[in-house]
Amino acid sequence: MELKTDPNIERPDDFYEALIEAHLGLSDEESRQLNARLILLLANQIGDLEVLRAAIKEAREGL
Amino acid sequence: MGSYDYPRYDYVRPEALNANAPERHPVVIVGAGPVGLSAAADFALRGVETVVLDDDDTVSLGSRAICWSKRTLEIFDRLGAGERMLDTGVLWKLGRIFHGEDELYNFDMLPEPGHRMPAFVNLQQYYTEEYLVDRVNELGRTEIRWKNKVIGVSMLEDGGAKLEVETPDGRYMIEADYVLAADGVRSEIRRQMGLDFKGKVFEDRFLIADIQMKADFPSERWFWFEPPFHKGQSVLLHRQADNVFRVDFQLPSSVDPDEEKKPENVIPRLKAMFGPEVAFDLEWVSVYTFTCRRMERFRHGPVFFVGDSAHVVSPFGARGGNGGVQDTDNLVWKMCLVMQGAAPDRLLDTYDDERLPATDENLLNSTRSTDFLTPKSQASLDFRQAVLALAKRHDFARRLVNSGRLSLPHTYVDTPLSTPDVDGFSGTMQPGSPAADAPVAFDGKAGWLLNALDGDFTLMVFADAVGREIVASLAGGSPSVRTLLVSTQSGELEDGRVVVDVDGLARERYDAEPGTVYLIRPDQHVAARWRQIDLNKLQAALSRATATGAASTARHAVGG
Repeated sequence: MELKTDPNIERPDDFYEALIEAHLGLSDEESRQLNARLILLLANQIGDLEVLRAAIKEAREGL
Repeated sequence: MGSYDYPRYDYVRPEALNANAPERHPVVIVGAGPVGLSAAADFALRGVETVVLDDDDTVSLGSRAICWSKRTLEIFDRLGAGERMLDTGVLWKLGRIFHGEDELYNFDMLPEPGHRMPAFVNLQQYYTEEYLVDRVNELGRTEIRWKNKVIGVSMLEDGGAKLEVETPDGRYMIEADYVLAADGVRSEIRRQMGLDFKGKVFEDRFLIADIQMKADFPSERWFWFEPPFHKGQSVLLHRQADNVFRVDFQLPSSVDPDEEKKPENVIPRLKAMFGPEVAFDLEWVSVYTFTCRRMERFRHGPVFFVGDSAHVVSPFGARGGNGGVQDTDNLVWKMCLVMQGAAPDRLLDTYDDERLPATDENLLNSTRSTDFLTPKSQASLDFRQAVLALAKRHDFARRLVNSGRLSLPHTYVDTPLSTPDVDGFSGTMQPGSPAADAPVAFDGKAGWLLNALDGDFTLMVFADAVGREIVASLAGGSPSVRTLLVSTQSGELEDGRVVVDVDGLARERYDAEPGTVYLIRPDQHVAARWRQIDLNKLQAALSRATATGAASTARHAVGG
């Protein structure tokens, strides 16, 4: 499987809002915790190591 | 005092002290730890006399290597010492993982039935050494020289090596065709030869304590992340024989290890951990630093590094002692074939070909555990927190918790000694894998398949009969190959052996059909396999497995 980079999120604005709202009222440390948990949950959903590696590589681009 | 009586082995004044010329031996083993002693037992079983030099006159002080993995137990069993280790050792199945005040989850290591050996047993290193010393003495082909310390090493022009040895009565020289340096992580031989020992040394240290409980305590493995009694650190509790428990406390890099080792500092930690009502005796304390290092090569001319002298890993994966015993399992049969003239010297180079990747696998696993136990960055710490938080409710996150991974045997995937499959096989076994065990009947008695693979090349034939001329020609070849018939019915086989696959588990584990054959190496790893017997293919595979063929016979250069 390849990493999807073409639009695939249903109702992107709703998703983005949910993501930002999830962090409301959290300290920076708690926010980092939320992000880390979220990454792990989503990674389990994806499962495919090749896709996960491609996503990690893509995320690091330019950093 | 304590739960164990340390044996004292007699130092005998070596005759060499009176000799004018150095004595010469085929094999000298330096170090009477589990690795050197395993090698000595293996040589003895193959009819080779060895000299073992050890700088002490007793066994390991403190428990040190305690988790012996299934594969190592199978090796000990082939060497004839497995039964005692199984009898004294402690089996545990239940592991508990704690985070802070809470138990996150527990797991039951349900063993797969139909194997002689469990996934591992916990047995203090001093017992392992004592049993191996007994076994080596029983076999009677090994001269263990206690209080003989190697202080010098040099190469001989004839390809051998010379050692200078210090004893309470003075110094002497001893020469050998081959030297096994089983002299531990601070190997004097490695130092004398000026060889690299590269890798990572971590800042992390663990304080380890052996305690004997005064009352019953469960046979479980407990691992704490950030326990209330040891803020921000990790703690492991493991049970060993004699109601002795091993406790490992992670120490922050800021503390002074010598201060931490003092009983007046250790005992309060233990009391905080177990509660005031639990009575125990403190038997031994030590501090170790996490390191992952190995030599670039393990063979240097006539000198072969085995065990901790060659590689050292962080604990929590049971890969130090196990890796070392598996080194000797790989090396000794090769050396014996070369000494008999049944294989060329370059067979010995395959010790590096096979054990370097095995070591790297151990180092990788160990480094990963270390990174989980002692996160090196904020991000790493965040992810560990997240894993632990999710692990309480979700099974998937438990798979990410790494408090040490079970030591599994290495499969020699890319070895030049294996013949790649040409026939189709399914299942997890492949050329290079250790042979799987299975319950069998032998002479009408219940036994185990691995016990029938006792040190020779073996052709396992899954059939009820095999041609007598095939069996005889294999037995008479060089090296000799024993035939093992894995049958559905009992029978007899001249020059060979018959076992009955009583539960069909051998057929299943080897994905065997009637007529399937496996060529098994003397160290019980698979060399080749086919769906039917073909003597030409078999001969080619045997040549390959003994590095006998057209390729060059150049020896590795000494030193460099």
